[in-house]
Amino acid sequence: MALLEVNNLHTSFFTPAGEVRAVNGVSFQLERGKVLGIVGESGSGKSVTAYSIMQILASTGRIVEGSIKLDGQELVNAGEKVMKQVRGNKISIIFQDPMTSLNPTYTIGHQLMEAITLHTERSKKQAWDRAVEMLRLVNVNEPEKRMKQYPFEFSGGMRQRVMIAMALACEPDILIADEPTTALDVTIQAQILELMKSLQEELGMAIIMITHDLGVVAQLCDEVIVMYAGSICEQGTAEEIFYNPRHEYTKGLMRSIPTADTAGTRLQPITGTPIDLLNMPKGCPFAPRCDNAMKICLTRRCERMKINDDHMAACWMNVKAGAEDGSIQLEHEDPEGGEADA
Amino acid sequence: MPEITEKSLIEVRHLKQYFSINVGMFKSKPLKAVDDVSFAIRKGETLGLVGESGCGKTTVGRTLLHLYKPTGGEILYNGQPVQTREEINAFRKKATMVFQDPYSSLNPRMTVSDIIGEPLDIHKMYGSKAERQERILELMDKVGLNSEHAARYAHEFSGGQRQRIGIARALALDPEFIVCDEPVSALDVSIQAQVINMFDELQDQLELTYLFIAHDILVVRHISDRIAVMYLGKMVELADAKEIYEHPLHPYTKSLMSAVPQPDPRIARANKRIVLSGDIPSPLNAPSGCPFRTRCPHATEACAEAMPEFKEAAPGHFAACHRIAELN
Ligand SMILES: Nc1ncnc2c1ncn2[C@@H]1O[C@H](COP(=O)(O)OP(=O)(O)OP(=O)(O)O)[C@@H](O)[C@H]1O
Ligand SMILES: Nc1ncnc2c1ncn2[C@@H]1O[C@H](COP(=O)(O)OP(=O)(O)OP(=O)(O)O)[C@@H](O)[C@H]1O
Ligand code: SF4
Ligand SMILES: [Mg+2]
Ligand SMILES: [Mg+2]
Repeated sequence: MALLEVNNLHTSFFTPAGEVRAVNGVSFQLERGKVLGIVGESGSGKSVTAYSIMQILASTGRIVEGSIKLDGQELVNAGEKVMKQVRGNKISIIFQDPMTSLNPTYTIGHQLMEAITLHTERSKKQAWDRAVEMLRLVNVNEPEKRMKQYPFEFSGGMRQRVMIAMALACEPDILIADEPTTALDVTIQAQILELMKSLQEELGMAIIMITHDLGVVAQLCDEVIVMYAGSICEQGTAEEIFYNPRHEYTKGLMRSIPTADTAGTRLQPITGTPIDLLNMPKGCPFAPRCDNAMKICLTRRCERMKINDDHMAACWMNVKAGAEDGSIQLEHEDPEGGEADA
Repeated sequence: MPEITEKSLIEVRHLKQYFSINVGMFKSKPLKAVDDVSFAIRKGETLGLVGESGCGKTTVGRTLLHLYKPTGGEILYNGQPVQTREEINAFRKKATMVFQDPYSSLNPRMTVSDIIGEPLDIHKMYGSKAERQERILELMDKVGLNSEHAARYAHEFSGGQRQRIGIARALALDPEFIVCDEPVSALDVSIQAQVINMFDELQDQLELTYLFIAHDILVVRHISDRIAVMYLGKMVELADAKEIYEHPLHPYTKSLMSAVPQPDPRIARANKRIVLSGDIPSPLNAPSGCPFRTRCPHATEACAEAMPEFKEAAPGHFAACHRIAELN
C-alpha cells in the first residue's frame, strides 16, 4: 500500500462568477521516501491539489469528489479532528513566501516551540531543546541566539530554512514544498535544495515538490506529474518525462525553456494564452494551443494511457502513434483505485 | 578597468551610488549599493547582469539612466559625457527602461493607448491627435498586441500581454538603448519564451542595445553576448557569455554557475555543485577587503586586507579576485 493515495480528486471554488474547477480528477500515489515533483503552468491546480490534501482550502473551496488515503485511512470527510492530527504530525507544508507564513510579532523560537508543542507531548524545556536542534539541523548558526530573534532579522534564505525546520519539527511522513525556493537566489536555493535532499535521505520522508523550475525537478525528483488545467496530463519517472515526453503540453514546455544550447537561436514558445477555467473547452484542454491538434482533440478528452510501466499520458497523439504500430494499450478507469500505477 | 572601444554606445566609469540610511535617531550611514563599477556596452550588444538579490543590479540600471543622480563616476553615451540637464534630457529620449513587474508598473486607471502614448505626450513627439494614435497602433503591432486592445485597461491583460504593453511604451521614443530589469521573471515559462523571443526580434529589427538584468542564469546565458556578475555593489567578473558560463574565474561566479538548476536529469545529477555556506552580508556592514571573502571557500588573510582589483585575467575576461592566477 502506498503512503498516500489520491484518487479522482475534484476540487472547486464556488465564486459569484461560477464554479471554478481548479482540480479535475487528479489521481496519484506516493511511496514512502520518494520525491514526487508537480509541474505545470501557473493556475493549473498544483497548489490547490496540495491544499486539498491538507484540507486548508479557502472558505469558498471544497473537495467535491474523490478520495485521499493516508496509510489506508480516508481523509476526505474525516473531519477536522483527524485533520488536526494529520497536519504537522504526518504531513507538513512549506509555502512559497516564508514572510507571509511566519508571524512577524513573535520570535522565531516562540513559533518553533509552538509548532512542536502543538503536535507532541513535550515540556517547554524539551520543546526549546528540540527547536534549537532543528535550527542546527537546517544550518542556522548560533541557534540559541537566533531563537530570540524576530523574522525580520533573518534573511530570505534563513527564513525559508526556519520554515523547513518548523515543517520538520514533528518528523512528518510527507513534506509538501510549494515553490520553496522560488523567491531565493541561485546560491541560496542550492543550499536549501541540498538540505532538503539530505534531510529526506536521513529521515526517510516523502516529499511532494511543487515547482515551475524544471531544473529543480531534474535534480531532485524520482517521479513527475505534469498538470494542465486542473488535470494530470502526463506522469512518469523523471527520465521518462524529460527524455520521452508524450503529451504535447510537456513537449512544448521542454522546448520553451532556455538552456546553454539555445543561445543565439529563437526559443519555441507555446503559443496562445493560458486556459480560462470558467470556460473549459470540450475536448482536450490543451487543444486550443496545440500545434498538432486533430479533430478528435477538439471534441473528446483523451483518457490517461499507459505508455510503459514508468509512464502515463493523456494525449491523442499517442493513440495515433499506437494505432499505427500497435504498441500501446488503453487503460480503463478503475473506480476502486490502483489506476495510477505508473 | 575594461577596455573601452570606440564602438561603445554606453560606457560607465567608476559608477557609485550611495544611499544614506538612518541608523539611529540622528545618525546616518552610507549604503554603498553600487561601488565603483565600470563597464561598456557596444552598439547592438546585449550585456547580461546577474547577481544575488540586493547586490545592486537595479541600482546600476537606474543610476545609469540618471533616474538617480550618481554619487560618483561618469556615464558616457556615444563617447560623450551625460552630465548637464540638456545632455540628460537628450539621453532620456534614447535610453529607457522596462521594469520587472508588469502588474505594478502599469497604472491600472490608464488605457493601453494612454500608457503607450504617455512618453510621446511628455516629449511632445507628434503634430496631431491622429499622428499620435497612428504611432500607438504601430507600436502595439510591433509587440504583437491587437489594435482592438487599445482602449482597454491594463488589468484586463495577462502577465505576458502586460509585459508587451511595457515594452511598447519603452519603444515609443525610438530608443537605442534599453535597460531590461527582470522583464521575464514574473512570467510563466511558456509566456517567458514568447517575451524573450520578442526582445531578440526587436533587437534585430531596430538595432537595439540592451542591459539585461535577470537572476535566471539560463535566461541570461540565452540572450546575452557578454555577462557581468555583481556581488555586494561591486562587479566581480565580466566576460563573453559562453566563456563565463563555461569557464568562470571568480570563486563566486564558479559557485553561481555550478548551482544553476539544469533542466536535464542526467546532467543535474552528475553536476558537482559548489554549495556556499553562510548568508549574503548586509551592504551596510560589508566585509573589509574582498566583499565575497565571508563566503569564499578560498579566502586567505590577504583577502580581508585589500579590495582585489577588477582586471583583465584573460583577453576580454575581467575578474576581481586576489587568487585568480593560483586558482585557475
Ligand atoms: N480562493 C480561490 N477562489 C477562486 N479560484 C481560486 C482560488 N484559489 C485558486 N483558484 C483558482 O484555481 C486554479 C488553480 O490555482 P492554483 O493556485 O492551484 O494554481 P498553481 O498551479 O499552484 O499556479 P501557480 O504556479 O501560479 O502557483 C487557478 O485558476 C486559480 O485562479
Ligand atoms: N532608494 C533606495 N534607498 C535606499 N537603499 C536602496 C534604495 N534602492 C536600493 N537600495 C539598497 O541598495 C541595495 C541594492 O539594491 P538593488 O535594488 O539595486 O538590488 P538588486 O540587485 O536589483 O536586487 P534584486 O535582485 O532583489 O532586484 C540593496 O541593499 C537595497 O536595499
Ligand atoms: S579575493 Fe580572496 S576572498 Fe575574494 S574571491 Fe578571491 S580568494 Fe575569495
Ligand atoms: Mg501555486
Ligand atoms: Mg532589482
